Amino acid sequence: MATAHSRSAARLMISPAVILLLGWMIIPLSMTIYFSFLRYNLLSPGNESWAGFDNYRYFLTDPAFFDAMGNTFILVLGVLLITVVGGILLGLLLDQPFFGQGIVRILVIAPFFVMPTVSALVWKNMFMNPVNGLFAYMATAVGLEPFDFLSHAPLASIILIVSWQWLPFATLILLTALQSLDQEQLEASEMDGAGPINRFIFIMLPHLGRAITVVILIQTIFLLSIFAEILVTTNGGPGTATTNLTYLVYVQSLLQFDVGGGSAGGIVAVILANIVAIFLMRMIGKNLDA
Amino acid sequence: MARAVSTRRKLIVTLLAWTIGIAIFFPILWTVLTSFKTEAEAIASPPSLFFFDWTTENYAAVQSRSNYGLHFSNSVIISLGSTLLGLLIAIPAAWSMAFVPGKWTKDILMWMLSTKMLPPVGVLIPIYLMFRDTGLLDSRLGLVIVLTLINLPIIVWMLYTYFKEIPVDILEAARMDGAALWSEIIYVLTPMAVPGIASTLLLNVILAWNEAFWTLNLTAAKAAPLTAFIASYSSPEGLFYAKLSAASTMAIAPILILGWFSQKQLVRGLTFGAVK
Repeated sequence: MATAHSRSAARLMISPAVILLLGWMIIPLSMTIYFSFLRYNLLSPGNESWAGFDNYRYFLTDPAFFDAMGNTFILVLGVLLITVVGGILLGLLLDQPFFGQGIVRILVIAPFFVMPTVSALVWKNMFMNPVNGLFAYMATAVGLEPFDFLSHAPLASIILIVSWQWLPFATLILLTALQSLDQEQLEASEMDGAGPINRFIFIMLPHLGRAITVVILIQTIFLLSIFAEILVTTNGGPGTATTNLTYLVYVQSLLQFDVGGGSAGGIVAVILANIVAIFLMRMIGKNLDA
Repeated sequence: MARAVSTRRKLIVTLLAWTIGIAIFFPILWTVLTSFKTEAEAIASPPSLFFFDWTTENYAAVQSRSNYGLHFSNSVIISLGSTLLGLLIAIPAAWSMAFVPGKWTKDILMWMLSTKMLPPVGVLIPIYLMFRDTGLLDSRLGLVIVLTLINLPIIVWMLYTYFKEIPVDILEAARMDGAALWSEIIYVLTPMAVPGIASTLLLNVILAWNEAFWTLNLTAAKAAPLTAFIASYSSPEGLFYAKLSAASTMAIAPILILGWFSQKQLVRGLTFGAVK
């Protein structure tokens, strides 16, 4: 039913979105690539010179880079582990019939809507503070020494905060997937004598496989770029203990004004994210055909 | 055949689910409660959950000591502005891809999605420099532009999946009845598209309200939305728990309420239709 007329109209309707996104992607990204080959510091403007691969060499051999890579991986993997396992368990629990399902669902989802700076500051000050925090009070109440979370286990503390924010997302998606599971299939397997563990491993887990993959991939994209939580809690410290790749690039470019080095770091981050993105795109693309 | 669930089992699940639900929600509850305490009560040991002298002085203090109203309105303008602008650009695009799909439709959709995967640090420096040179740093307009662009792929995708569900047959029926293209759009398609557009709007207001990379890096004081304003409590003002809590409660309350209404759309929007 599409005529030549409606086709050209369609093209006209798509073009603003396409042109804007194309500009948004190509212009700044090519500038970043260009900067990454320059010696360019905002403190000495006008002194830009060609640097070849020097910025990459400095960035990739900087000990802070290895710390940042390690921290990025630990942060992403830690949060993924907690949220996916926790999300499956919570999804299974909330899928059971019980009183007040709607309200509990709302309570569980709530943290996802809290802005990152608020959740990080509330956890840092009101819970993890070694003097006045609630955890310190609870520790003293049972006769333990209060623990200074953000000084002694900074990365683990940030993993905890970020997991709290993302657990609702994982739970919500896995619960949605569980609810689309064919009840008759479960009942049939039950009649065939499959216990709850077998039912979980052979029926539920394969059914959830797709949703779990989607959760992992989408969270990874967001988790690679964690920034606000680090900025307001530890500023990347102590030392580089909580500096991830995103934060390192921010420090290098906007705090040390090293545009060249920061750009090289940015390109490294883009390459890393792309590796994840390829897998995610493939999954979503498959769904588009169906 | 409905499965018989024993009452005992149901009670145990109820108890367990409520305990976990309240534990997860507790930091938010605690923040709201603390916002009604005095600073002394906020750090009192033992802390009291409900039995303290409720006061609203922190809310007044937050407003008078800092320009809270300004930051709140910045958040409203930036999140609503970027969402409406995004819808304006995305509706025609999603519409034509859903109803007049061409050879390239799928590739365009996938490519749009791929722009969302670009980590923000990859473009931070050029955007920062361009904004500095054009006076867009610390301006609402600058943030509206950036947030429109970063959320545009999600808006297009969500709208596309909703529009895709509108049956094309109904269009042909209207055409047979002699409806002109414009009356077809106004009377037949628009009413069917409104729910999808509304959910898209809701989810994107939430995402833009909570966005905390660009808002922190591109604003200083004038255009700072609540994400950036709250960040200024990181030290040492954050140790005034009651005031931190009051500022936080006001920052999250509107979006928490919107969020609860948009639970279902959240799954769809954030998984790009991969999980429904």
